[in-house]
Formats: sequence, C-alpha cells, structure tokens
Amino acid sequence: MPPEFAVRVGQALDNERLRRNLRRTMDGLVAKRRQAFPDIHELAVLRRRGKLIRAQALANLPDLLLELEANCERNGIRVHWAETVAEGNAIVLDLLRRQGARRVIKGKSMVSEEMGLNHHLEAQGIQAVETDLGEFILQLAGERPSHIIAPAIHKDRREIAALFAAHFPEYPYTEDIEGLTAIARRIMREHFGQAIAGLSGVNFAIAETGTLCLVENEGNGRLCTTAPDLHIAVCGIEKVIARLDQLPPLLTLLTRSATGQPITTYVNLISGPRRAGERDGPREVHLILLDNGRSRMHRDRQLRATLRCIRCGACMNHCPVYTRLGGHAYGTVYPGPIGSVLEPQLQGLERQGELAEASSLCGACGEVCPVRIPLPGLLRRLRAEGAGEGEDAGVPGRGSRRKAPQRLIWTLWRLTHAHPALYRLATHLATRLRWLVPTGLGPWARTRAAPVIAPRSLHELARAEGFAHE
Amino acid sequence: MSSPAREAILQRLRRGVATGPRPAPENPVRRFDWSPPERLRRFTAALTAVRGEVIPVGDDWPATLFSRLSAKGATNLRFAPATALGAELAAAWPDRGAITLIPHDQPIEACRAELFSATDASLTGCLGGIAETGTLVLWPSIQEPRLLSLVPPIHAVVLEADRIRSTFHEFLVAEDWAGRGLPTNALLISGPSKSADIEQTLAYGVHGPKELLVLVRVKGDTADPPPALA
Repeated sequence: MPPEFAVRVGQALDNERLRRNLRRTMDGLVAKRRQAFPDIHELAVLRRRGKLIRAQALANLPDLLLELEANCERNGIRVHWAETVAEGNAIVLDLLRRQGARRVIKGKSMVSEEMGLNHHLEAQGIQAVETDLGEFILQLAGERPSHIIAPAIHKDRREIAALFAAHFPEYPYTEDIEGLTAIARRIMREHFGQAIAGLSGVNFAIAETGTLCLVENEGNGRLCTTAPDLHIAVCGIEKVIARLDQLPPLLTLLTRSATGQPITTYVNLISGPRRAGERDGPREVHLILLDNGRSRMHRDRQLRATLRCIRCGACMNHCPVYTRLGGHAYGTVYPGPIGSVLEPQLQGLERQGELAEASSLCGACGEVCPVRIPLPGLLRRLRAEGAGEGEDAGVPGRGSRRKAPQRLIWTLWRLTHAHPALYRLATHLATRLRWLVPTGLGPWARTRAAPVIAPRSLHELARAEGFAHE
Repeated sequence: MSSPAREAILQRLRRGVATGPRPAPENPVRRFDWSPPERLRRFTAALTAVRGEVIPVGDDWPATLFSRLSAKGATNLRFAPATALGAELAAAWPDRGAITLIPHDQPIEACRAELFSATDASLTGCLGGIAETGTLVLWPSIQEPRLLSLVPPIHAVVLEADRIRSTFHEFLVAEDWAGRGLPTNALLISGPSKSADIEQTLAYGVHGPKELLVLVRVKGDTADPPPALA
C-alpha cells in the first residue's frame, strides 16, 4: 500500500535533491517552450486550430474509429478492441505467445503504463525491455516515470551513473552524459538485432489513411516498430484524428509545447506491415484500441474535453504543484494537472479525488494547453462531483468526498450571506470576540503569520465614515 | 473484427454523440513563399542546428561522399543498388578498396547481423526536404528498405535542392499524400538520433544514426520552384 498522498507530498517537499533536479528541468522546459512560440498571435491561431481538430475528432469518435479500423485492416493492420486494461493485457499476451516471444522490446508508451503491461507480462514469463533512454534508466531503478515526456527527470547524472555502475560493472564508471548514453546504446543494440516482437504507443491515429503516427528523438521507436517480426501498437480510443492534413498543426503544437523542438528527430508514419516484395519491416502489425473509461468521459460534454489531450506535458511543466513535487508524489500513471483531471475519472473519486483538490487553481495549465483543455474548470467540476453536487456524469465515486464539516461551513456561509442581519451579527461577534482566536494554528502558521481579525468590520468602518449605502 | 468489446465501446460512444457529425474545421495550408535559395538557406540552418551536416554537391557527389566518409574513418558503405541513386554511386565510387560498397539487396533475415554490427555507413535518397524544420522526407521502398536509414551509425542522404518545400503541411497537401496512398513507413527525419533524458542535456547518437550527412544537389541555380500548390 503506497503512503497517503499527504505523506508523499511531505516526502517530496523534503527531498532537496529531487527539488533541485525538478527545478532545473522545469525551468528549462518552460523557457524552451516560450522560445518555440515567439509569435503569440500565431500561437493563438494554432491552439484554436488544435482544439477544433481534436474536438471534431471526439464529436465524430464512433464513426472515425470505424473508419480507422476499416482503413487499417485494408492496409493489413489487425485491429483489436479492449474495454479494460485486463482485456488489453490479455490481447498483448496472446499475440506474443502466438509469436513464441519470450521478450518484447518497447518504445515509450503511457498507455502501456496505464495497462501495467510490463508487470503483467513478467508475471507470465515474458520480459518487457524498455528501450527509451529515460524508461531504460527507470527500469534499472525499478521506478515508474515521473513525467510523461521526460520520464527520468527526477534523477541527476550522478544517480544514473551509480545505477549503471551497479548493473553494468563491465563498463567503466562515467558521469558523462554522452558516455552514459553510449553505454545504453551498446546494451540496446543487442536487443534490437535479436528481438522478434516490438511494442509501441501511438501519438495520432489517422482515420482517413489508416496510419499510426509516432514521434520520437532516439530512434528506438523506429527500431521497435521496424526490426522485429511482430509490432503491437497500444492506443487510447481518443487518439484518432479524421484527416492526414490535420496532422501538421497537431505535430507542431505537440513538439513545441513539450520540449520546444520545432519537430522531433523522427516522425514515423506506419501504414501497414511488410508488403509483398519488401525486404524488412514487421510481418504483422496489430493495433489495440483501449477504452478503460474513456467512453464514459466521452458522454459528458464538459468532461469530454479531457480526451482532447495530446500528452505534451506542458501543463505539468507550468504547474506550481507539479514543479515542486514531481510525478511520483501523485502516485498515479499520469501526474500534473492532466493527471489530476484524468486519474479521478479513470480510477474513481474515492481513490483519486484528492488530486483534484491539490491545486491552487492558478490557471497556468489552461493557459499553456495546446488544445485549450479548460483544466482549472475540469478540476472544479471534479471537486463538485466528489461532493456529489451539480450534474451527474457517472464519474465513479461521485459524492464520496462529501464531508459533514465542509457541508456545515458552506451552509452557514450561504445563510449569513443571504441574510444581512445574520451577516452583521456574525461580523460583530467575530470582531468583538477576536481574542478567542487561538494564537497557535498548527503547522500552517509555522512559517506564516497567523491571520488576525480586525477590531472593526469593513461595514462598520464604512458606516462610521458616513457611507449610507451598503 | 467484431467483438463484444467493440460493440460495447461503440454503443457507449454513440450515446455521447447526439449532435450528429461535425464537419472538419478550417485548416488552411500553412506555407511560405520563400525563393529556392531561401528555402535551401532555411533548411540548412534548421538541420545544422540539430547537428545535421549539409553539404552542397554537384554531379560528382560520390567523390564528395567518399572523402567525407574517409575523414570519418568509415570502411564500408551500404547502398540500394536497384535505385537510380545507387547506380550513380556504384558507377562513380573512387576507391572500393578504401571504402567497400555493400549492396543492400537481401531480405533483412539474410543480412541482420551484418547490418547491425558490421556496417559503418549507409546511403539513401529521399522524397524531398522541408525548409522550416530542416527535415528530410523518406519513403522507403522495396529497393530501399526501412532499416537502411536507421541502423548504420552514419546515414548519408542525397537531396535534390528543387525538392525542398516550405512546410510539412505544404508538402503533404501539394503531393496529395492522402489521395495517392502512403507507403508502409513514411518518415520525417530531422538530424541524427538524440536524447535529452539525462538532465535535459542533449546527447547525440542514441539508438539511430549518430551522424546525418545531407548531400544537397543543386541543379542549375535552383531557379525552378517546386510545382505550385493545386
């Protein structure tokens, strides 16, 4: 059982090394994004276009999924549907067993993290090898990604050097980043040359042409999808877009928002397995479309915006909560603002509703989102769902975060603000009895001045000054 | 493929879509009216910024490639013999003793080990370039397989200067990718393989090529622009 969220928050805040590593990376990513969008007018146009393309895809989602399926099958890509992560894992396992694979090489995929795929495969005797450098480091450390784009940002080069030295004593110790990268390259080369099965995620699935688009910098994604005989792609059902000509604006929004790059080193457009006469490429390509709660989010007009996400990570890079805690404190696959909106809907409010409350609602995430997801509004909506208020979207655990003291406070607040006499009485008592307020307010006041109630209310002062109108 | 999961997912999604189909939003082609030299200048600047090497060449490009590869210490070069480019290379290669030419004409099953561990460099052509981002557009084919541009540590590409367009959006719309159909694996390549997964510090040569050499062949004075947008 992982420690309570509040405990993990405390641990993260006390970890100076983590705070330093996060600060360096987050400041860097924020600056790179800013430089990548020098023209705020162009950015506004692009964000609007990105939002409309994604919104159109979601409005037509069932038809687009059928079009995607038909065009993929025509191209020779076999399409599978999974309602739950258990179904998705079972399909992957079955495909690997039919291939006789004891090992699968993986490109970076957050959906596979959502599925807990590595763990599931290993329990069945199949080794999952992460090939993305950051994911490779985390697999050595036995940790999960702390960021959806830069999974190992919580570690610095010294920690990584120590990890490599412990696992690969045959290589000379180095803290040099190029040197560490070279070691990973040599170790991975063997896997790429031998593996018979590869697995990847999907950044965009293009319905019109039956094409899977993957973006990456390292080349491991291309290797995992090209070198083995079997390629399995796992993809949330929301990742589909209608047309190929909608890809360029989304690509540029994704890479510039994520890392400030105008484009990634590789943009990989896969439209089928090896065709007759071709000399390489997988003989089978399988696409697994995972629902896992997405079709439920899709039903509610407001919550549907969650599904517009293109997983750039800009919301977390700019979040005052995430940049101080890092991803592990969240205890979920998706951290940061998008995680705080997505995870309570995936896992239920009783388990993750707390995340929607861990926000100052400063609005930075909504300002930077490349597809203009109104994240602060969604956080407030989920708080209301948690308290059982407002429209019911069928979010699991609705009302589970309703608290009696909170209810009482809000009832009193409403009453006093609706009845002037009661309001005057309340402020009169609060100002006259202010000596009753305790001076020690617990941990909150340890590094802050405790609030002091004024001797007279603002209304009283105004009346004394001669303001007649309240 | 019909399955209970498929029907259940689609049924739930249909319940959420009460408004009927929504038309595609306006998406005008983003492009720039750059002159051919301007396109080449921008292409070169963008690709050089991510450590790609851009080398203007003439018809004696095999000799240029030979001297560059010699300087890098390469001892062999894998190429696609059945392409026009491959034929040009084989006809004009200066010294097969110093840098061996390896024809890449076997299925991967027959040459996997040599490709992964005994090849220093490879040569491919490309469909064109993108000026805005310094990007090469590759359409691997039967004659020029996918792994040829990926596995060897040095990847050399011949690009015709008059095939550089301003943006990716312009490229795929002007050449009607959706209408003519995509190859098994269309690729955009912008520089050698890299990663910033350690301390967000760039390191080059992770899993793909460590070096990318682009030989830009300028015919005449690049006065002819690519065909106008339809």
